[in-house]
Amino acid sequence: MAPGASVRGGGTDHHVGDVTSAPDGGADESVRAVTSVPVDGADESVRPVTSVPGGGTDHHVGDVTSAPVGGTAGPVGSGSRAGRARAEGPLLLGVRHHGPGSARAVRAALDDRRPAAVLIEGPPEADGLVELAADQAMRPPVALLAHAVDDPGRSAFWPFAAFSPEWVAIRWALAHGAAVRFIDLPAAHTLAATDPTWGDGDEELHPELRIDPVAELADAAGYDDPERWWEDVIELRGATASADPTAPFAALAEAMGSLRETHGHGGHARDLVREAHMRLRLRAARKEFGDDDVAVVCGAWHVPALARKTTATADRALLKGLPKVKTGMTWVPWTHRRLARRSGYGAGIDAPGWYEHLFAVLDRPVERWMTKVAGLLRAEDRLVSPAHVIESVRLAETLAAMRGRPLAGLGETTDAVRAVMCDGSDVPLDLVRDRLVVGDILGEVPADAPAVPLQRDLDRLQRGLRLKPEAVEREVGLDLRKENDAARSRLLHRLRLLSVGWGEPVAGRGSTGTFRESWRLRWEPELHVRVAEAGVWGTTVASAATARAESRALEATSLADVTSLAEQCLLAGLGEALPVVMTALADRAALDTDVGHLAQALPALARSLRYGDVRATDTAALAEVAAGLAERIRVGLPPACTGLDADAAVDMRGHLDAVHTALALLPDNAGLTDRWARALRGLAGRDSVPGVIRGRAARLLLDEGRLDEDEAARLMGLALSPATPPADAAAWIEGFVGGASGGGMLLVHDERLLALVDAWLTGVTGEAFIDVLPLLRRTFSAYETGVRRTLGELVARGPSAATARPQAGTPGFAVHLDEERADAVLPVLRMLLGVDDLVGAGT
Amino acid sequence: MTVPETIASAVPGAGSRTGTVAPAEVLRPHAEHAFADELKALAAADDRPRPVRWQLSPWAVATYLLGGTLPDGTVITPKYVGPRRIVEVAVTTLATDRALLLLGVPGTAKTWVSEHLAAAVSGDSTLLVQGTAGTPEEAVRYGWNYARLLAHGPSREALVPSPVMRAMSEGLTARVEELTRIPADVQDTLITILSEKTLPVPELGQEVQAVRGFNLIATANDRDRGVNDLSSALRRRFNTVVLPLPATPEAEVDIVSRRVDQIGRSLDLPAVPEGVEEIRRVVTVFRELRDGVTTDGRTKLKSPSGTLSTAEAISVVTGGLALAAHFGDGVLRPGDVAAGVLGAVVRDPAADRVVWQEYLETVVRERDGWKDFYRACREVSA
Repeated sequence: MAPGASVRGGGTDHHVGDVTSAPDGGADESVRAVTSVPVDGADESVRPVTSVPGGGTDHHVGDVTSAPVGGTAGPVGSGSRAGRARAEGPLLLGVRHHGPGSARAVRAALDDRRPAAVLIEGPPEADGLVELAADQAMRPPVALLAHAVDDPGRSAFWPFAAFSPEWVAIRWALAHGAAVRFIDLPAAHTLAATDPTWGDGDEELHPELRIDPVAELADAAGYDDPERWWEDVIELRGATASADPTAPFAALAEAMGSLRETHGHGGHARDLVREAHMRLRLRAARKEFGDDDVAVVCGAWHVPALARKTTATADRALLKGLPKVKTGMTWVPWTHRRLARRSGYGAGIDAPGWYEHLFAVLDRPVERWMTKVAGLLRAEDRLVSPAHVIESVRLAETLAAMRGRPLAGLGETTDAVRAVMCDGSDVPLDLVRDRLVVGDILGEVPADAPAVPLQRDLDRLQRGLRLKPEAVEREVGLDLRKENDAARSRLLHRLRLLSVGWGEPVAGRGSTGTFRESWRLRWEPELHVRVAEAGVWGTTVASAATARAESRALEATSLADVTSLAEQCLLAGLGEALPVVMTALADRAALDTDVGHLAQALPALARSLRYGDVRATDTAALAEVAAGLAERIRVGLPPACTGLDADAAVDMRGHLDAVHTALALLPDNAGLTDRWARALRGLAGRDSVPGVIRGRAARLLLDEGRLDEDEAARLMGLALSPATPPADAAAWIEGFVGGASGGGMLLVHDERLLALVDAWLTGVTGEAFIDVLPLLRRTFSAYETGVRRTLGELVARGPSAATARPQAGTPGFAVHLDEERADAVLPVLRMLLGVDDLVGAGT
Repeated sequence: MTVPETIASAVPGAGSRTGTVAPAEVLRPHAEHAFADELKALAAADDRPRPVRWQLSPWAVATYLLGGTLPDGTVITPKYVGPRRIVEVAVTTLATDRALLLLGVPGTAKTWVSEHLAAAVSGDSTLLVQGTAGTPEEAVRYGWNYARLLAHGPSREALVPSPVMRAMSEGLTARVEELTRIPADVQDTLITILSEKTLPVPELGQEVQAVRGFNLIATANDRDRGVNDLSSALRRRFNTVVLPLPATPEAEVDIVSRRVDQIGRSLDLPAVPEGVEEIRRVVTVFRELRDGVTTDGRTKLKSPSGTLSTAEAISVVTGGLALAAHFGDGVLRPGDVAAGVLGAVVRDPAADRVVWQEYLETVVRERDGWKDFYRACREVSA
C-alpha cells in the first residue's frame, strides 16, 4: 500500500511495477543497474514492451536457472505461473485497500489455506509492533506511523480500518499463531526521499502517464465509474459467490496481469523498487516457512509483479544505494473522518462508515443500513416510520435493478433515503452522510505503544530554545523582539492550542506593551499523556497545532470562538492555519444575523492585526476579513438598534464603542470610516433608536469632528426637549457624556451644552426627577473629582455667567495669556531640562 | 414556464384522450402525440421487462426523458436536462408503486417532467387535476351528471368520474398539478386512494378499486408562500424528488435569454442588443443570493426569503426591457433592472433589506464592472 497519501481510483494500487514478463537478457538488466533509483522513463525505452508469446515460457526457464547466481533466490519459479494464486506456491491475495469485500474474501481464503506466515504490504519496521494489534486496547481505525527520528515532520502513515483486508489478515494471523511480516519498502527509504509520500509525487507531474488499473478494467467492462465497477464485481459479491475462496483472487490477478502487460508501469516507476523489495521478502519467507505456507496480502496491482520470475540479484540491484534515514515507528489512533479525507493522510475512501457497515453485517446490508439511517433520523426528531424503511429498501433495490447493478450500493441507498425519508431534501441527508456514511468512529491504541514523534519534536524544541520542562513552577518574561523569546512564545502558544498546558500566560508586571509576554511554566507528568494524545494531530508541534486549529475552526459554533482562535493562531505563529480559520470566520460572519456577535468579534480581529504587526506576520487576509465584518456591522446596525429595551440598549452602546475603536485600527479604512460615520449620523437622528445609543453616536461624531458643535447642540436640544420622556432624555445624556470618555470635560468646555442639560434638569417635574436621578448619578459620578467640582461651580454661577462670557474658554484660565507669569516658570524648566536657551522656545 | 393545459384535456369523456383532433392543428399537442415516433421506436427496441400496463420498461422511460440513441439509430431527444439521478429515482418510484411528488421552485420543469413521465409510462398524459385554491373534492373523486341523476336516480351512468378515478379503473398514471394549492381537506381525499388503492362510492354502495398500473404524479412548489402544506399522513405516501434549478450560470442565462426573447416578441418590445450582460448580471445576483455563496465560492451570503427562481429572473429582465424600450434609450442598462431585482429580493421589508444591503456593500461594490449596477441599486434602495 502506498504510504500516507494514497490510493483512490478504485483503491487498488496505482503503484505500478515492472510489467513485462521476464526481462530479456542482460541489456535490460544493465540499464537498470546504471539508472539511479528511482527508475524512470529510460527504463521503459529499453525494455521490450510486449512479451514474446510462446517463446516466453522457455525464457523463464532460462531465467530461473540463472537464479542461483543470486545465492538466496530459492525456488522462485517452481510451478507458479504468472498472475496466478494456485493451490501450491504462495497464496497471493490481491486486494483493494480498505475494500470490505476484499477483506471478507481475504479472511475466507486464509481460513481455507491456513498459512504459517502472512506477508502484508507495509513497512518492515512495523514487524516488531505487530503484536500490539492483538492487544485488547487496540481498536481500529489505527495507523502505522513512521517518522524520521531527526526530523519528526517527515512522516508517513499506513491507515487500517476494521474492514481493511490488511488489518483482517493481521488479526487472523495473530489469532492463529501465524507469523506476520511487512514486505513493502522500508520506511527508512521512503522517508529519505524528498517527498515523504513517496510514489505519489510523480503522479502529479505526469498525470497522463499514470494509469488507473481499476478504471481500465471498469472501462473494459463498460462501466463509466471505476468505483462502481469494483463495488459490483468485487465488493458486493456475496460470500457464497464462489465455492473456492481463492478463485476471485486468481481471476483478479489474471486481469491485473494482462493489464500490466499492456500498460507497463503506467507512471509509477518507483513501484518497481517496492516490488523488488516485496519479492526479496517473499523469497526469504518462502525459505523460512515453505512454499505453500505463505500468504501475501497486497494491492491487486502488485500481484503480477510478485508472481513474476526474477533473480534475487536483479532485485537487489534495484534496491542498491537507496537513501536512508533513521526511522521510528509506532501505532497511532485514527478516525473515520481521516480515512475519508482525500488529501494529507487520508486513505482516500469516500464512505468508511458504509464500508464498515458492509463488512460488519452478516446479511441484508441494505435493510440494516436503512434501519440505521431511520434510527439516526428519529434521534434527530424526524418522523421516520418502519413503512419509510420498507419503501426505502424497495426503492433502492429497484433502482439498482434499473441501473443494472447486482445489489444496491451507496448511490442507490442514498437516492432512496433522500426520496423517501428526507422528503427530497439534502439537509437531513447531509447528516446521514456525516454521521453514518463517514462516521464518527475514533480508533484507540494501547498505552504501551512507542512514543509519538510529537514528543520527540517537543524534546528537540525544548533543547533548542533552552526551555527545560521543570516540575517547579516559575515565571518567565519574554521579549518578543528577541528571536529566541519569540520562538519560545510561539511554542508555548502552540502547546496551549494542543491542550498541553505547560505554560499559562499571566498579566505582565506593569507592562501593557505588545512586545512583552509573561508566562507561568510548570511541567506536570501527565503532560506527557497530553502530548501523546495530541499525537493524532501531527508529528511536529507546528503541524499538530495547525491541524488542531483548523479542526477547531471547522467545529466552532460561535463567531467569537473563531475570532479568538484566529487571535491564538497569530500568537502561535500558525500562518498555515490562518486561511482555514479566516474562511471559517468569514462564513460565520456572513451567516450570523446578530450584529452583537459581529461587533464582539471585530475588536479581537483588530487587536490581532496589531499583534500581527508586532510579530511581522502577514495579516492581509485578516485585514480583508475584518473589513468585511465591519461592513456587515455597519449595514446591520441601524435595524438592530430599534426596539431595544434599556439593558439591550446599554449592551449595544458598548458594541458601538468597541466597533468605533476597532475601526480606527484597521488599515486603509478611509472609505469605511466615512460610511460608518454616515451610519452613526443616521442613528443619532432616528427617533426609534434608544436615547443612550443616539447620544453615544452623536458624541462619537462630535469627537471626530464630523459633527460641529452647533449641530451637537441642536441634537441635544431635541433629545432634551419637553416632548421626550425624561427617562429617555437621561439615557441620551448618559450616552452623550457618560462613562470614562471625558464627557465631563466636554460639558466643562462647552457651556452651551451644560446650559441645555441644566435647563432640562430644572424643567423636569419632581416625580420624573426622582425617576431619572439614579441614571444621572451614574453618569456624573463617573467623572473625576476635579471635573465634578468645576461643573458644580459652573452650574452654581448660573446661566448668566455663561452669557456674560460668550467665548467658552477653559474655566480657571483667562482669555488672554499672562506672559509675566509664564516667564516666571522658565528658570525651573531650564533646570529640569538641562538646557540654557529655552527663551522663545516655549510659549 | 409551462403552458397551461389546452382545453382539449378538460373535455369530459374518453374522447379527449384518444385525441380526435389532428395533433398538428392544436396549439400544443400532448407529449404522447408530439413524440409519438420516439415512443414507438423505444417500445420496439425495448426488450426489458415492463411492469403491468406500462407502455415501456423503466429503463426505456428514463431513456425517453434523458435522451439517447437506440440500437436502430433512432435519436431520442432529451426532454429533461438535469441530473440523471433525478429521472432514475422518479421512474423507479413509479415502478415500485409509490406515488411521486415532484417539488421545485417555479421554472424547474416540474409539469413538463410529470407530463412526459405519464406519456411514457401510460401513453397518456391527459388524466390531469389542476390544483387551485378552489379545487373541489369532485375533481379528485367523482361528480354527478345531475340531469341523469334526477331522471334516473343514482347509478353508475349518472356518475362523472374524475381523472384520478379513471386512472384507477384503467390502470393508468394520473397527474395532480400544484398539489399544495389545493385546500387541505381536498388534498387528504388522496390518502385513501394512495394507501388503500380504492375509491368508495357510498351513494351506490360500490367502490372503484385501482387496477395494477395505476399511479399518481403530483407537482408542488416548495418555496412559495400561501400554500397548504401537505399533511404528514399524505406526505408519507409520496416519494419526493426535488427538481433543482439550472446547475450552471450559463444554462440559466441561456434559459432566461431565450424566454425573454420569446416574451419580448409577443409583447412587441424592440429587440435589445446589449441585453446579455444585464441578463448575466441578474442571473448572477439571483444565483448568488439563492445559493448563499458567491460564484467564486469564496464568500458566504445570507439568503433572502424570496424564491429567486429562474421564472422571476425572466420577469425582472422582461420588466427591465419594457423600461428600456419605453422610457430609456432602448439599451438595457443597470438602472432598468435594479428596481426589479430589489423587488424580487426584498420580500420581507426588515430582514431581506439587511440581506440585500449586505450583499450590495460586501459583494457588488467591490466587483469589477459592476459600478453602475451598484449605483443604480443604491438609488432604488435608499
